Amino acid sequence: MAEITLEKVVKKYGAVGVVHGIDLSIAHQEFVVLVGPSGCGKSTTLRMIAGLEDITGGLVKIGGQVVNDLPPRKRNISMVFQNYALYPHMNVRDNLGFGLKIAGQSAPEIAKRVAEAADILGLAPLLDRTPAELSGGQRQRVAMGRAIVRNPDAFLFDEPLSNLDAKLRGQMRAEIKKLHQKVKTTVVYVTHDQVEAMTLADRIVVMKDGHIEQVGTPMEVFNHPLSTFVATFIGSPPMNLLPGLIEGSTVRLADGTGVPVPDRLKQFVRDGMAVQLGIRPDDISPVGHGLSQDGPGAEVALTVDLAEPLGMESLIYTRLAGQEVQAKLYGPRIVQPGEVLTFRLALDRAHLFDAATGKSVRAQ
Amino acid sequence: MTVSVESRASKQAKKVALWLATFLLMLVMCVPGLWVVLSAFRPNREILAKPPVWVPEELSLVNFGKIFGFGAEQVGIPVGSYFTNSLIIALTSTVIALIIGVAGGYSFARYRFRFKGGIFLGLMLFRAVPGIALSLPVFMMWSRLGLVDTKLGLIIVYVSLNVPFTIWLIDGFFRQIPQALSEAAQVDGCTRWQAFWKIEFPLAKSGIAAAGVFAFLTSWNEFALASQLTRSTDSKTLPVGLLDFTAQFTIDWAGMCAMAVIIIIPALILTFIVQKHLIAGLTFGGVKG
Ligand SMILES: Nc1ncnc2c1ncn2[C@@H]1O[C@H](COP(=O)(O)OP(=O)(O)OP(=O)(O)O)[C@@H](O)[C@H]1O
Ligand SMILES: [Mg+2]
Repeated sequence: MAEITLEKVVKKYGAVGVVHGIDLSIAHQEFVVLVGPSGCGKSTTLRMIAGLEDITGGLVKIGGQVVNDLPPRKRNISMVFQNYALYPHMNVRDNLGFGLKIAGQSAPEIAKRVAEAADILGLAPLLDRTPAELSGGQRQRVAMGRAIVRNPDAFLFDEPLSNLDAKLRGQMRAEIKKLHQKVKTTVVYVTHDQVEAMTLADRIVVMKDGHIEQVGTPMEVFNHPLSTFVATFIGSPPMNLLPGLIEGSTVRLADGTGVPVPDRLKQFVRDGMAVQLGIRPDDISPVGHGLSQDGPGAEVALTVDLAEPLGMESLIYTRLAGQEVQAKLYGPRIVQPGEVLTFRLALDRAHLFDAATGKSVRAQ
Repeated sequence: MTVSVESRASKQAKKVALWLATFLLMLVMCVPGLWVVLSAFRPNREILAKPPVWVPEELSLVNFGKIFGFGAEQVGIPVGSYFTNSLIIALTSTVIALIIGVAGGYSFARYRFRFKGGIFLGLMLFRAVPGIALSLPVFMMWSRLGLVDTKLGLIIVYVSLNVPFTIWLIDGFFRQIPQALSEAAQVDGCTRWQAFWKIEFPLAKSGIAAAGVFAFLTSWNEFALASQLTRSTDSKTLPVGLLDFTAQFTIDWAGMCAMAVIIIIPALILTFIVQKHLIAGLTFGGVKG
């Protein structure tokens, strides 16, 4: 059993706080992804779990045991680094077997486990090469092989795919997912790529400036963002945010347009409240070219400023209530700039955020 | 068409000029050395002949026999002890300078500490002071401490002469090794110490070897300070010993050249080793894509 628990974990470099009291518990065999913009403290948090960074305050527990003062080698974790950190002077076989050798395993045992790991990752033909003789994707696989060969309690990944090109990244993402299904070990995975987060995670931890903004399954985080930060960070293209004021059960937008408050949010708003109305581009579509046509909605005629055809769908830039918004058109239809289309807003899926705090009105 | 023919001709001319320049440069650098080596195998009378004898008429090992004390002619110069002294002093000071260099270089590359920049600058400035400028103060101190004319005295001087350089060079090599490698090793089960010996040290090995060879050559060839601080066969080194061939009215050029060759040979061998190491360089394929 290797659940990982962080309790009020703080990291400071001198007087500068980098991580400000994080609470997080990761279940046995769970795949958790830490995601957030550059500099938000993801790597620092991961490195504190690994033991590569001193913990300024709070507790880190692995398998119920406090590990604050244990060196990395006593934590029984393995880590895949962004630059792979393969040992350049050893061939793939020795890279994979290094940890086992240090642990004093017998040569036949090492050979057996290296062969197993090489098998899982398709590294068998590469065992005698040095890292310099491998492609980026192969190095990535060796780094993962080195992580699984020791059979650790948890894997830590720090942006393992960021050095690969887009296509390879997609392939390796799938391989990591498969690997996790095969070896079922607790995983903490750091990335700033929200697609990786959505596709890999059992649970996503969205971080910002050394805080946790929201924790939840990919669907929870996508469908119920607790702040404008999460709303615009998760999902691509980002959610549109339109400032407005609550008037009874209407959101009055900047240009005077009234939009009904979604039923499920009515209980959370009060009169006169300054809000931001959040609508994903997928929920603003020309009539007949949307995802779903049922449920309450509002129809409005808008002028297309710019259209980006993506094949089966197009991204449309238009103006709503005096502000640029992005909309999605589903289906292979060519749209010209200047064209006026009737758009349907799927208001039941709209979000409301308190304009003052940026938090979802549901979170108040 | 004409243009390209012309440019080809001018390219050719450039190439020839370059070769000529290289040849002249090599001539200037190599002829004295060659002359020394050649002279080591010739009798004094041929060396001193006027006009000079360019193509040697007789070559022999007589000069070497002479200085090592066998054969018919002998010179009363203890070349054997000088050689031993040189070897002991150069090797010991090199080993010590390397140990300090590795420890210091690693610390500068990996750790932050107070006054780091200042200490580093100080070391480099110390290296900029010509050794001879220190010879008088060192001589005065060493005579108080009884270190004049001892191997230890010279070893200490050479260590301090070499340490700034070895630290600087080795620091550079450790800096090139990403910290993530040592971290990966620690996650893989190593202590910090094991990670150093199993990962970082092997990767910096060629740099350390290069630093070692340079330090050895510095000590092996050093003359100015050694000539002040040594007196007798207890500590005199080969370069200082060369002076023994100059008597009041005569200079035994043949013997001197033979001894110079003996000094040059180990230096040459080591230079070949360092060359191999420097070219081998380091491959960091495991780190960057
Ligand atoms: N050794 C250090 N000394 C001082 N500040 C540091 C140090 N290491 C990191 N920081 C700071 O800590 C903050 C968090 O860094 P961290 O590496 O955890 O970010 P990250 O979320 O992993 O970002 P990225 O996506 O760019 O990797 C950054 O603002 C960084 O400048
Ligand atoms: Mg990072």
